[in-house]
Amino acid sequence: MANVGIVIVSHSPKIAEGAADMVRQMVGDSVPLAWTGGNPEGGLGTDVAAIIEAIDRAWSDAGVAVLVDLGGAETNSEMAIDMLEASRRGKVVVCEAPVVEGAVMAATEASGGATLDAVRRTAEELSPT
Amino acid sequence: MMDQTVQRRLIEAVANAVVNHADELTTLDQAIGDGDHGLNMKRGALVILERVDELGAQPLPAALKAAGQMLVMKVGGASGPLYGTLLMTLGKELPAAPDRDDLVRALGAAVAAVKKIGRSDVGQKTMLDVLGPVYEELTLGGPAPFDRIRQRGAAAADATIPMKAIKGRASFLGERSIGHMDPGARSASLMIAAACTVMEE
Repeated sequence: MANVGIVIVSHSPKIAEGAADMVRQMVGDSVPLAWTGGNPEGGLGTDVAAIIEAIDRAWSDAGVAVLVDLGGAETNSEMAIDMLEASRRGKVVVCEAPVVEGAVMAATEASGGATLDAVRRTAEELSPT
Repeated sequence: MMDQTVQRRLIEAVANAVVNHADELTTLDQAIGDGDHGLNMKRGALVILERVDELGAQPLPAALKAAGQMLVMKVGGASGPLYGTLLMTLGKELPAAPDRDDLVRALGAAVAAVKKIGRSDVGQKTMLDVLGPVYEELTLGGPAPFDRIRQRGAAAADATIPMKAIKGRASFLGERSIGHMDPGARSASLMIAAACTVMEE
């Protein structure tokens, strides 16, 4: 089975791209990876349509873990997941984790063939509870 | 069917209320948020105004769903999915020619959907602090409902000033969020007031 995919969503395209670079350095091409950042006009923010496309680019039958920065990125990612076709919806989760550290940890876990649930738990261990 | 002229005027009034107050919403959001609420909401409102011919001609439920989707896809901040969910749920729950009971039931469902997607509730200094009281006022019935709803919405937005933010970007400020009106509460009260004014005529 393919490795879990990782999607990075930030208000800032620079942060999303930079975090994705760090993930690539850690895990190479062993996990499907996509990033998106910025609102539909290119300013700071997030874009539901672009998040749906990123999930598509990072798609894996093992599932996709989404790492987000601030509130709007989370709300928009959940909205994007809601708008996926029903067969995919249950295979995408938003991790409650810091975006950079969470993405690197999640990808490292995913590169070893872990399940979506394990990938999410590893990322979320970083969150203060 | 809802009168198409009324429906079109409702859409225009609500969208224009956002456009005309975009600077004020941005100023409020600069005080306790990331300063993009006015711009984000204006972007969504302008998309809706561009397509007002099409939205005005559709049956009410379809128009609400379409407008909600435009907000989800175009706003770019958390307010897009939140207001988008509000409109899409209203579209799903309302019949083409709603009476007051339909509106009570649909708004109740829509407010619940916003709470769910925002993982928030009344009392956390958000748009829900206007939507909740407005829903309550609607359930009361009685004469001159639109005037009362408009006043209740405005008072509820004012009542967010002394509140401490628990949800959203303003919550990062903790105590410092006290003393500022919540921008989402303000935008909700503006749109509700605009809708009430059209319905009164």
